[in-house]
Amino acid sequence: MSGWMQLAYLLAAVLFIVGLKRLSHPATARRGNTISAVGMLIAIVTTLLDQQILSVELIVLGGVLGSGAGLWMARAVPMTAMPQMVGILNGFGGGASLLVAAAEWHRLVQTGEQLPVDIAVTIYASTLIGAVTFSGSMIAAAKLQELVPGRAVGFPGQHPINLMLVVALLAAGIYLTVGPDHPELFLALNAGALLLGILLVIPIGGADMPVVISLLNSYSGLAAASTGFVIRNPGLIITGALVGASGIILTQIMCKAMNRSLLNVLFGGFGAAASGGAGTDARTAALTARGVREVTVEDAALLLAFARSVIIIPGYGLAVSQGQHQVRELADLLEKRGVSVKYGIHPVAGRMPGHMNVLLAEANVSYDKLFDMEQINPEFAHTDVALVIGANDVVNPAARNTPSSPLFGMPILAVDQAANVVVMKRSMNPGFAGVENELFYDRKTAMLFGNAKDSLLRLIAEVKTA
Amino acid sequence: MSVLVVLVVIFTLAMFVGFEVITKVPPTLHTPLMSGSNAISGITIVGAMIVAGMGATRFAAVLGVIAVAFAMINVVGGYAVTDRMLRMFKRERRP
Repeated sequence: MSGWMQLAYLLAAVLFIVGLKRLSHPATARRGNTISAVGMLIAIVTTLLDQQILSVELIVLGGVLGSGAGLWMARAVPMTAMPQMVGILNGFGGGASLLVAAAEWHRLVQTGEQLPVDIAVTIYASTLIGAVTFSGSMIAAAKLQELVPGRAVGFPGQHPINLMLVVALLAAGIYLTVGPDHPELFLALNAGALLLGILLVIPIGGADMPVVISLLNSYSGLAAASTGFVIRNPGLIITGALVGASGIILTQIMCKAMNRSLLNVLFGGFGAAASGGAGTDARTAALTARGVREVTVEDAALLLAFARSVIIIPGYGLAVSQGQHQVRELADLLEKRGVSVKYGIHPVAGRMPGHMNVLLAEANVSYDKLFDMEQINPEFAHTDVALVIGANDVVNPAARNTPSSPLFGMPILAVDQAANVVVMKRSMNPGFAGVENELFYDRKTAMLFGNAKDSLLRLIAEVKTA
Repeated sequence: MSVLVVLVVIFTLAMFVGFEVITKVPPTLHTPLMSGSNAISGITIVGAMIVAGMGATRFAAVLGVIAVAFAMINVVGGYAVTDRMLRMFKRERRP
């Protein structure tokens, strides 16, 4: 690789960094994405000029097919399916790394010479990371799309089997590195790594998929970096490291917001552990004995219409009922009446980090009305009405009050500090954690049962006449 | 210093740059951040193009073409869907 080509790749990497920096504000983010895309274009054009490339026909063929498929996917995907989309894109990135490593391996083995150790290490590492990213991401996407059961699928002895598989793969990698070339063993390494990706993701429940998607996002970056090691290209390494870091940070954020450790998400089986009568201490029992207070749509509408300030807390139940546009309509009506309306968004609202913000942005909610948990929490104490729509665990005061609760310690939205709380919910079924929610039994809480979208439509009609 | 060591140094430093830049992205933009950084990880396209273009062996060339297609799905799909999302983030726009 010549000097100017190295510099061109460096320029591309710099543009990626500048693009990511622009993502620090919604106003500059779109430009940032374009800058990043320009960086990618520079990298692609530079590679086309590489002297190692003898024919461009095959590249154009693959490029046209891939671009067409990518563009179609990007246009067709509904915003609610964004977690699956990111999962699939991750998978293709990992798959590409796997294929590059395999092609390099085949080329080098053809020469009949023993692979140098440093080359061999990078090829086998890239094979492993690429394969796990590919099959793991595809399974995660299939789970989110409910093509395979979304719940945690367990099988006896899964941890020992996974561990043995990992050890076997590492042993095979080391044997291939120091020993003679062995095509059958290399194929087995590929197959084993693909199997590992499936086995690692299949036991994780659908509600934990945000963490898995974030982690696989990190892997796809590491896969790209490992390709950089294979073809000795620093531009790829820098870029892959950036993405790897981004995935690690998002994974940490998601784990913290769900009050779980990464190990617990990956190997825990949370749903089973939590349902064993958890959270039924004396305090909760006394509260639940009192029963909930149900409210009619008319009363809820009056409460909202004559409030001074309202904070809306959207949860995944809202996305499921596709009621984002109705929320905005209700908020518009209230604002016309002089009510101040804000949105409080928990980091795990929706199915991936920031998912709820995208869904509300799609419904034309202005981004300066969307507040993070830290920003909005001090405001509940002087807010008239908190309107909780399809959220549950993220507003459960047990996270602060009940040390025995599995939710204890999880950061929550301080909804219970508002003067009035209206909870829109389909039924009294507990949330994902399987814990009773103290908030529902609070004296100032009114429950409005029903499908979120239907209830919102009826609220809108009532507020119009109020 | 061997080439591999230099590359490991570069990788490590770039991870730190990544941490610095990414921690400044607000939670509101975490979904576009994921799809956008995903598109960036499609940089594997560089490796894919090289193995497809060298055509060292017929087998390697076939793998290369598939790799190019996969990486391009990652790149084009990632940037396009990120742009679609970011286009929706607007400030107060009354009908």
